[in-house]
Amino acid sequence: MSVITYRQALRDTLRAEMHRDENVLLLGEEIGVFEGSYKITEGLLKEFGERRVRDTPIAEEGFVGAAIGAAMLGLRPVVELMTINFSLIAIDQIINHAAKIYGMFGGQTSVPLVIRTPGGGGQQLGATHSQNIELFYSFIPGLKVLAPSTPAEAASMLRAAIRDDDPVLFLENLGLYNTKGEVPDDDTTVAEIGRAAVTREGTDITLIGYSRMAMVTSQVAEKLAEDGISVEVVDLRSLRPLDRETIVESVKKTGCAVIAEDDWLTYGIGAEIAASIQEGAFDYLDAPVRRVAMAEVPMPYAKPLETAAMPSAESITTVIHETLSAVGRRVG
Amino acid sequence: MSDIYMPRLSDTMEEGVISSWLKKVGDKVASGDVLVEIETDKAVMEYEAYEDGYLVKQSAGEGETVAIGTVIGVIGDSPDAVPDDSGDSGGSDSAAEEEETAPAAQEESTESVPDSSPAPSSGSGAEGGSRPPSSPLARRLAKEHGLDLNDIKGSGPKGRVVRADIEAAAKQQEGQTPAAKSEAPAAPAKQQEAFDDGRDSEEVAITNIRKVIARRLTESKQQVPHFYLRRTIDAEALKAFRADVNTRLADTGVKVSVNDLIVKAAATVLRRHPAVNSSWIGDKLFRHNRVNIGIAVAVDNGLVVPVVHDTDRLPLSEIGQRSRELAGKARDGKLSPKEMSGGTFSVSNLGMLGVDSFSAVINPPEAAILAVGAMKQQAVVRDGEIVARNTISLELSVDHRAVDGAVGAAFLKELAEVLEEPMRIIL
Repeated sequence: MSVITYRQALRDTLRAEMHRDENVLLLGEEIGVFEGSYKITEGLLKEFGERRVRDTPIAEEGFVGAAIGAAMLGLRPVVELMTINFSLIAIDQIINHAAKIYGMFGGQTSVPLVIRTPGGGGQQLGATHSQNIELFYSFIPGLKVLAPSTPAEAASMLRAAIRDDDPVLFLENLGLYNTKGEVPDDDTTVAEIGRAAVTREGTDITLIGYSRMAMVTSQVAEKLAEDGISVEVVDLRSLRPLDRETIVESVKKTGCAVIAEDDWLTYGIGAEIAASIQEGAFDYLDAPVRRVAMAEVPMPYAKPLETAAMPSAESITTVIHETLSAVGRRVG
Repeated sequence: MSDIYMPRLSDTMEEGVISSWLKKVGDKVASGDVLVEIETDKAVMEYEAYEDGYLVKQSAGEGETVAIGTVIGVIGDSPDAVPDDSGDSGGSDSAAEEEETAPAAQEESTESVPDSSPAPSSGSGAEGGSRPPSSPLARRLAKEHGLDLNDIKGSGPKGRVVRADIEAAAKQQEGQTPAAKSEAPAAPAKQQEAFDDGRDSEEVAITNIRKVIARRLTESKQQVPHFYLRRTIDAEALKAFRADVNTRLADTGVKVSVNDLIVKAAATVLRRHPAVNSSWIGDKLFRHNRVNIGIAVAVDNGLVVPVVHDTDRLPLSEIGQRSRELAGKARDGKLSPKEMSGGTFSVSNLGMLGVDSFSAVINPPEAAILAVGAMKQQAVVRDGEIVARNTISLELSVDHRAVDGAVGAAFLKELAEVLEEPMRIIL
C-alpha cells in the first residue's frame, strides 16, 4: 500500500493499461510534449512514442470524432479534454455519435472510448472554465459517466473505463488532483461500473456526493461525528448508470438525506437523486430531502465571490443540522 | 377569507393559550371587535379583528396552547363560507396544521357551518386534509404501532409529526398498557403514574403565568447574588400622615394606603440614589433615568408585578389611584404587557397578611426589591423608656453585582428616615 496523489494514480493506471493492451492510445491537447496541462500524461510520450501518445490540434470536435472512429475500428482511445468546459465543442460527437452508434446501427460496432476530463471550480478560472456540466452527459443513454473521488477509486475506475466497451466520460476534478490516498501496490482491481459506495456508515442521516463533493462530505461526516452525529456517506462514483439501490437502502436506514453537488441546483444531479429517494424510500422519509449546490450564477472570478458561490463544508453542515432538527434531533 | 394567527403579545411570548372565544363560528365580526382572549406568559389579553366579515372557523379551541404564528381561526366573507382546506400547497399546509392543533375545534366548526354545500366539498380535504402533517416515515410507523396520528403532537416544522414523536408515543403506549391491565378496570388509571409515589399526588395543570414565575424566579435565585438589608421603622408618623392625607382627599374618593406611601417614598429616595435604580444585564451595568416601581400583586394563579411608570413624578393621590387600578386589572388578568414592563425597582408587601418581615426574590433585571411587613405595635426603647409604637419592618434584597452593601444601606437609611418623617415623601 502506498500513499499517492489522485494525479499519480491516473498516470500510473494509464501507463499500466498501455502496457497491458497495445490498442490503448492517448489523444489530447498538449498531452505529449508538454506532458498534459495537469501533468497526468507526464513521461508517457517518452515511454510510448508519438504513435500512442498523440498531441492534437485545438479542435475538440475533430479529435473526439477521430477517437470515435478509432474506437469503432477496434482501438481503445483515451481522450483527454483539457477541461470539461471544452467538451461543449465536441458535444455533438459525444452525444450524437459516441453515444448513439452502438444502438443506431444494430450493435454492429461498439465504441470503447474513454474521455477523461476534469471539471470543478475554485481555481479562479472564470465562468467559462469552472463548470461542472457532467449532468449533460449523465442525461444521455448510451454513455457511461464515472466520477471517482479518491486515488484508489480513480485507478480502479479508469481501468474499468478503458476495458469497458461503451463510451465512458471519466470525470476528474481540479480540486482532487493533488489529494492523496492509499492505493494498493500492484493493484489491478477493476471497479464495477454503476455501483455507488457507502464510504462511511452512519445512522442519523445520509449524505450523498460524488467527485470533489464526496471528499467534502466525508470531511463533514468526520467532523460531525465529534458532536455525536452519525452521518452515513454515500459516494455515487457512477452517475450513469446510477446506483439507486445503494442510495435508497441508505435512506431507508437513516430516514433523511442531504445531497451535496458541485453544480447548479436547478435540474441538477441532486434533483435526480432526490427523485430517486422519494420513489424508492418514500415511506422511510422523516424529513424532506435537502440539496446543497452551487449558487445559480456563472462562476465569479473574484476569489471571495467564487468561494461564496461554491458549496462548502459549512453550508452542508448547516443543512444537516436543519434536517436533523426537523426530525426532532436538536443539535449544534 | 383570511386567517387569524396567534399574535405575539409580549416580548417573551412564544405561545399563547386560547382563554376564551368571544365570537362563535358564524358570528358577524366588525374590525375592532374583540374576537378572542389570549393568555400569554404575562396576562390575558383581548385580541381584536382587523377586518369585517364572519368568523367561519375556530382552529384552536379554548384552553389550547398554540405557538405564535399558528392559525387560530378564519374570517370569511359570509357566515357559511367554508375554509379552504384543499387549496394549493401553501393553503393545504396551513390547513393541515390548523387541524393538527385542533382536531376537536375543527370538527365542531365544520359541523356548525350551514350545510349549503354537500359533504364532498370538504370531503376532498377530509381524508388528506384532516390528517396532521407528518413525514412518510412517521405515518408508516404510526400504522405499525396502531397509533392515530391525530392523537400525536408533531414536533417537526409546522407541527409535522416525525419519527421521534411516534417513537415517544409508542413508548408511552407500551408503558401504559401493562399498567392498565394490572389495575382493576373500575379504577380509572391516573395519568400521572410517575408521581404516584405513595403521596397520593395529582398533577396540577399549570398556567403560562405559573411557568414564567417558575422560570424567572429560578433564574433570579440562581444567577443574581442576593444580599439582604433589614431595618425596622417607627410608623407612628406615617400612620398619622396617611390619616391626614386621606382626610384631605375625602372629597375625591381616592384613598392612599401605607403601601402607596412606601412606594412614593421609595421612588423619591431612588431619585437621590441612582446607583440602586440600575440593572446588571449580561456583563453590563445600566443606570435608569426613569424611576418605575413595580408593585407585586397576588392573583389567583400566581403573582404579577404591574409597574407604575415615573413613580417619582406622580402625586401621591395618583399613585394610589394607579396602583388600585393596576391591581384590579392584575386580578382580572387584563394587564397589558406595557403595564408589566419597564420596572426599575419593586415593592412587595405581605403586611396585610400579618407577615412581620420576609426576604423577597429580586425581579430581574431590577437591582433591588423592598419587602414590607405588617404595621404592628412593638415595645421599643424611646428616650430611655420602653414604649409601644407602631413599627414596620423593611427588608431590601439587593443584587450585589449592581449595588454594594454600603450603597444599599445608604438608600435604606434614607428611605427609613423619609418614612419616619413622612412630609419628606412629598417634598
